[in-house]
Amino acid sequence: MSENIKENEKVEAVEPKNYLNHETGIWSWLTTVDHKRIGLMYLFTITIFFFIGGMAALLMRAELANAGPDFFSPDTYNTLFTLHGSIMIFLFIVPGIPATMGNFLLPLMIGAKDVAFPRLNLLSYYIYLIGALMALIALIKPFGPEFMQTMLSSLGLTGPVDTGWTFYAPYSIESGTAVVWMTGAAFVLGFSSILTGLNFIVTIHKLRAPGMTWGRLPVFVWASYSTAVIQTLATPVVGITLVLLIIERVMGIGIFDPSMGGDPVLYEHFFWFYSHPVVYIMVLPAFGVIGEIIPVFSRKPIFGYKAICYASVSIAAFSFIVWAHHMFVSGISDVAAIVFSILTFSVAIPTAVKVFNWVATMYKGSITFETPMLYALGFIFLFMIAGTTGIYLATLAVDVFYHDTYFVVAHFHYTIQGGAVIGLMAALHFWFPKMTGKMYNEFIGKIAWFFVFVGFNLTFLPQFVLGMQGMPRRYFDYPIEFEALHMASSIGAVVNAFGYTFALLNLLYYFFFSKVKAPRNPYESLSLEWQTQSPPIHENFEEIPIVTDGVYSYGKKIKGDH
Amino acid sequence: MSHTEVIAKAGEAPVVHHMDTKTAYDSAKLGIWLFLATELLLFGVLFTAFAIFRWMYLEEFTYGAEKLNWKFGTLNTVILIFSSFTAALAVDAAQHSQNKKVYKYFFISIICAFMFLVVKYIEYYAKFDHGYFPFNIGYFASAVFVCLSFAIGAAYFGASKFCGYSRVKISIVSIVSAIVLGFIALKIFYVEGAHDVVFNTQEFNEQYKIFFGLYYCMTWLHALHVIIGLGLLTWVVLLAKKNRFSDKYYTPVEVSALYWHLVDLIWIYLFPLLYLVG
Repeated sequence: MSENIKENEKVEAVEPKNYLNHETGIWSWLTTVDHKRIGLMYLFTITIFFFIGGMAALLMRAELANAGPDFFSPDTYNTLFTLHGSIMIFLFIVPGIPATMGNFLLPLMIGAKDVAFPRLNLLSYYIYLIGALMALIALIKPFGPEFMQTMLSSLGLTGPVDTGWTFYAPYSIESGTAVVWMTGAAFVLGFSSILTGLNFIVTIHKLRAPGMTWGRLPVFVWASYSTAVIQTLATPVVGITLVLLIIERVMGIGIFDPSMGGDPVLYEHFFWFYSHPVVYIMVLPAFGVIGEIIPVFSRKPIFGYKAICYASVSIAAFSFIVWAHHMFVSGISDVAAIVFSILTFSVAIPTAVKVFNWVATMYKGSITFETPMLYALGFIFLFMIAGTTGIYLATLAVDVFYHDTYFVVAHFHYTIQGGAVIGLMAALHFWFPKMTGKMYNEFIGKIAWFFVFVGFNLTFLPQFVLGMQGMPRRYFDYPIEFEALHMASSIGAVVNAFGYTFALLNLLYYFFFSKVKAPRNPYESLSLEWQTQSPPIHENFEEIPIVTDGVYSYGKKIKGDH
Repeated sequence: MSHTEVIAKAGEAPVVHHMDTKTAYDSAKLGIWLFLATELLLFGVLFTAFAIFRWMYLEEFTYGAEKLNWKFGTLNTVILIFSSFTAALAVDAAQHSQNKKVYKYFFISIICAFMFLVVKYIEYYAKFDHGYFPFNIGYFASAVFVCLSFAIGAAYFGASKFCGYSRVKISIVSIVSAIVLGFIALKIFYVEGAHDVVFNTQEFNEQYKIFFGLYYCMTWLHALHVIIGLGLLTWVVLLAKKNRFSDKYYTPVEVSALYWHLVDLIWIYLFPLLYLVG
């Protein structure tokens, strides 16, 4: 970055040292143990994978826009949706908010100088990179001269995976593709996730600033804490399951392979024991983000602070006991199905508590509609749809019909994209001044939000209808009756992609080229991260702050109570 | 624990920029306990699978368990419990600033870890000889040596800052020795013309249904943990040799010992499940 100080008269002669410029050079970034820099490195990497995964989605939508084969063979289509799913889940959205915004904000919010284990934090980033590399290697198809082809195939690189991101047995055992590499990648990425979660739990327990009691923690910290618990406790389960799958493929020990007496449903149990909680890893931090944004732009204390915090924790707890709702048609017993159905319904309670609290926070507030607030409002709207359609899927009889249709696809995209990704976008815009010390263009931000919001709904609302009409997911082709809705969905996908690109270009451009400096606290927020300079200094705070009040005391004089 | 760390004096906790030494100790303790919880979940999956398949195929599991030699299992249990005992003694010694004793006790634990691996190899070899092992035993020996090279290399790497070893040299030596030792082990232990096909034949499956599959997954994973623990203990031994620990600073000793106790604990559950229950 060039020094363009003269143009800004207000700024002192020398740019103050902050975490971005206190050391320079690529090496200082690659070996940094500063949680803020690691957060930015994660952000940079996951954005790349977001676009790779998004590209796969667009290619799929291109194929599906019209009935009949257009661009790809059915096999290529299978690899496309596997690629989209695996990359978006394992490489983008699991580290999505926790590893980026969590890394950046958590120590700032609790008034610490860093996370508890800074070097472990850097290690988890590199483990993530290794996993990402393995996932990319898994895409290699045998090529070149014959000896090279045999070498690649003997390494297990037999072409991009076509099993879907769930790697269900027995197909994942039989598939002639590079399942070993992809599951190996997911296993390695799991390690990274565990280490991040472990780090956050210890940080929140041990490194809170004086006076930052549990009852004064920002809701984002509570949400991150719940997320970290899930990351730490659920990820080992899928890790070992994927290792078993690899051993099964390589040596045929017969655990999941029914032809040898193994149990493929057991695989599903183990897989969803992690992979259901994982959706809360994705969306809980987004809840936290929304909980931070809404009080700031409503100028009101958050409504029902304790309820929101306990809701986060109880969602984390519930997330461990609902996994079998993915398997209602896999042949589990009726009793198990009923129990899991009831438990799944009960997840709606803490989730709804959160939504009520956000809405109640806005009630009679002085609401302003800046870009982060627009994303936050979009989040509430989209997540309501996601939650209510989830109720359909938790209902046993209805699920038999909706299972494996586009209804499910639409439902989880409303949760994951409408929840987690929109939450990440909201966070990126909201904390952009803090992270970079610059301001983005508000107008472009709003336009981009409009495209994201409209494009997203246009993509996935038709998919609810398609699902209700019986269109199965993961199908390469469909009868001509579905064409109009598929076309609408494809157009929506393009608009959506345009919106994201536009929003990110806005952020990137103003990060690198803006000359306007962001003030310390542009939104007059009360939480700790805004009280230090923008961008923060390397040590976060000039001196460790002493907290005397809750962070949401908007609109009232500080009374010293919460 | 960061790049601002100054080389700590013997007996003093390393100075870190973001927290005081008391908090650092507490954080390390909480961190290792959380990590142990993840380990329990990792093995928990295998235990669950074992329970389910034993319930499904009781007869085959009984038959399979009879094929295991309980004498080897018992020997290994004794070895591990003893090594856990010396590890506990080492922590006590560290809390009293007795670095020589830390060195001595952990060294005994390391010898025990090696003994455990040797006994395991003998046991596996017997299984392999009968065709109950899913691949040539040479690959297993080779993998163990590769892992050992990396674990011990990591131990030296971790101790390098305090003991003054060259990190570059350590990295090169451990990678080269991993390749060389792995290759030599493969040459020595590989059994020419061995029948590794008995495993997983129709007949084999009818008799043992998954028992041996799970047995190997559980014991391999456990053996891997033994090797990692061996690396951790080596790291502490290297530091203790330089009088690193005192009553003010003994976090690495305690953390490694806790990990080692977990390795021991898991074996204490594996042993009766695999060897005795059948």
